[in-house]
Amino acid sequence: MAKYLKQDDLGSWLKELGKTYKVIAPVEEGDAVIFRPLTDERTLRIDRQATQGPKGVLFPACEELVSFKYGKDPEKPEKVTVDIQETVDAEPTLIFGSRPCDARGFDVFDNAFTKCSVKDSYYMARREQAVVVSLACTKTETTCFCNWVGGAPDGKGGSDVLLTPITGGYLVESVTDKGAALLDSPLLSEATGEHTAEAEKLLAAARESLREAPDFKCVPEQLYNLFDNMDFWEKQAAKCLSCGACTYLCPTCHCFNITDEQQGNQGSRIRSWDNCMSRLFTEEASGHNPRPTKAHRLKNRVGHKFCYFPDMHEGHIACVGCGRCIKSCPVALDIREVVTAAKECRLPEEETADD
Amino acid sequence: MLDQLKETIKKALPELDFVMGWGMGFDALHATPLFMYEPEDVDKLVWGPLNIQNLATYLPSLKGKKVGIVVKGCDSRSVAELLQEKLVNRDEVVIFGMACQGTVNLTKVREIVGNTGLVEDVKYENGKLTVTADGQPHEMLLKDVRADKCGYCRFPNAVISDHFVGEERAPQVEEDTFEDLKEFESQSFEERRDFWMKEMDRCLRCYACRNACPLCVCRDHCVAQSRDPHWVSQQDGIRDKFMFQIIHATHMAGRCTNCGECERACPVDIPVLLLKRSFNRAVKNTFAYDAGLDAGATPPLLAFKVNEDNIKEKEW
Ligand code: SF4
Ligand code: SF4
Ligand code: SF4
Ligand code: SF4
Ligand code: SF4
Repeated sequence: MAKYLKQDDLGSWLKELGKTYKVIAPVEEGDAVIFRPLTDERTLRIDRQATQGPKGVLFPACEELVSFKYGKDPEKPEKVTVDIQETVDAEPTLIFGSRPCDARGFDVFDNAFTKCSVKDSYYMARREQAVVVSLACTKTETTCFCNWVGGAPDGKGGSDVLLTPITGGYLVESVTDKGAALLDSPLLSEATGEHTAEAEKLLAAARESLREAPDFKCVPEQLYNLFDNMDFWEKQAAKCLSCGACTYLCPTCHCFNITDEQQGNQGSRIRSWDNCMSRLFTEEASGHNPRPTKAHRLKNRVGHKFCYFPDMHEGHIACVGCGRCIKSCPVALDIREVVTAAKECRLPEEETADD
Repeated sequence: MLDQLKETIKKALPELDFVMGWGMGFDALHATPLFMYEPEDVDKLVWGPLNIQNLATYLPSLKGKKVGIVVKGCDSRSVAELLQEKLVNRDEVVIFGMACQGTVNLTKVREIVGNTGLVEDVKYENGKLTVTADGQPHEMLLKDVRADKCGYCRFPNAVISDHFVGEERAPQVEEDTFEDLKEFESQSFEERRDFWMKEMDRCLRCYACRNACPLCVCRDHCVAQSRDPHWVSQQDGIRDKFMFQIIHATHMAGRCTNCGECERACPVDIPVLLLKRSFNRAVKNTFAYDAGLDAGATPPLLAFKVNEDNIKEKEW
């Protein structure tokens, strides 16, 4: 089912949806574009890709898992009591204005948090109450490569509704039943053949504008082959600062740290984003660190996305090609180049076998 | 001049593990650090106002190797400061100095172009940058889009080098009068507090500002993330995030060379250099000292003088 929404009615539609949902959308903040609860004071910015995707809406940068309080048993003062409260924080939420790649990032999260034997109840509670309204891309950026990793500028994975900007408004298509319910609004009218034809034309041009997708089939195997080739990884990681900006901006990165933050007798156990570019990421209590250098860490990041994750989740690559790790990397390290280099790297054994 | 630089590097390369310079990145607007191992790599070298990264950041982790580095004026001060603090050995680094014409602030370019993700081509000629994006050429003067630090730059020429290539340039200004700080400080306390609360709200705690800083050398052992002891909360409240910035700024007092990498690296454009500027001015006023000008000097906060020249303790 496809509908049409006039540009002038977008605000009203979001207001209307705001009665049922907490609406989170990309807004201007300083020189960045960030997903925030939409309010009258904030300016919606959907003309360029947000600096950071909306992953924090479902997987917050920091969340309290439980709060705890130590006390004394009045009967037996030597005994310490602990009162623990689980914190579940989920409400009906509408994510508006994510790009198709951002939405696909939630597929990766679903695989990691809801489809394994251990389910993440915090994420699941939020995911169940969330509805994702994405905006198809009619312009692609130099860093975009969704088509390399199974997506598209009009990809529907992870979205409940897909909007395509056309003359004077949007073509609005529902992807899931959850999404279809949003299209009941009187502000939307039936889309005409002209609307759909224009959208298809713009989207075809957008798909066309992306660089041709290389064949990535052999990549997991190549990455395993290169696992011990530290010379390769050191060269690839030479310019990396090991800062982690790439992972915090990435719509698919989902590693976290858990710490107890205590003041006096009470505190909370929090989960906060962690990332494999940080040295402390895998430091063991013994002091041993399996990823002691930035080269080991870059290997982990690329390996996790293009090899280990697909291995565990039916070939699903854990990169959606949004290009943020390239665009916002302080040194413009390009993950496409690393994967391509891995793909093309001839191993020393192969060379000798040929000789 | 670029050819001359390439020649000089090629000549020195056989004695070195590699030389660091800049190459073209993923598009015409983005330069990227280039590690030159072979003479063919040197051919990829570029030079111009888009060479924004400060390569000195890599030096402390390269101790034990013998490397070359191409520097602009501000980068050279970082190298000098690292030498001062013995974080780099003088005989392990060969410095190729150039005179800098100023570097571009990509955020300012975005303000003009709209979306720098659509850039197709960039030309730079006679102080004028032409950026073509989405089929549309945008002309701009370098002086309108250059990094703020370039506006008060006193050292466009490398202050330390083994090979200086090309002509020297006259500095922008004689003295840094901290006009930017004065302007900021003309606001009330509440305004300034609100400004920082708003800016820090979107901090990701990603630490790009820290890792891009050539003088932030604890990095892997930074208090911000240490687990044992657990110095700093991992919460992401504004106060927690601001706390880290204050730690960074204080650790830089008397050492910060104003290279601006911390601010440039920030993916969400938080103007963190402003904090460092404030410390830089304090150090300048108190100790009459500029960081990174003399590889033989000792930074004032790493030294101890019983009677500081500008602190008239006895007269209090
Ligand atoms: S790839 Fe870039 S953003 Fe990521 S850790 Fe390295 S320098 Fe930082
Ligand atoms: S790895 Fe980079 S391109 Fe891929 S999803 Fe993450 S940020 Fe986007
Ligand atoms: S990668 Fe770019 S073109 Fe593809 S969906 Fe994301 S923003 Fe759109
Ligand atoms: S604090 Fe910022 S300006 Fe100062 S040396 Fe570090 S990166 Fe450069
Ligand atoms: S680079 Fe920016 S977002 Fe990252 S920690 Fe520093 S101030 Fe925060």
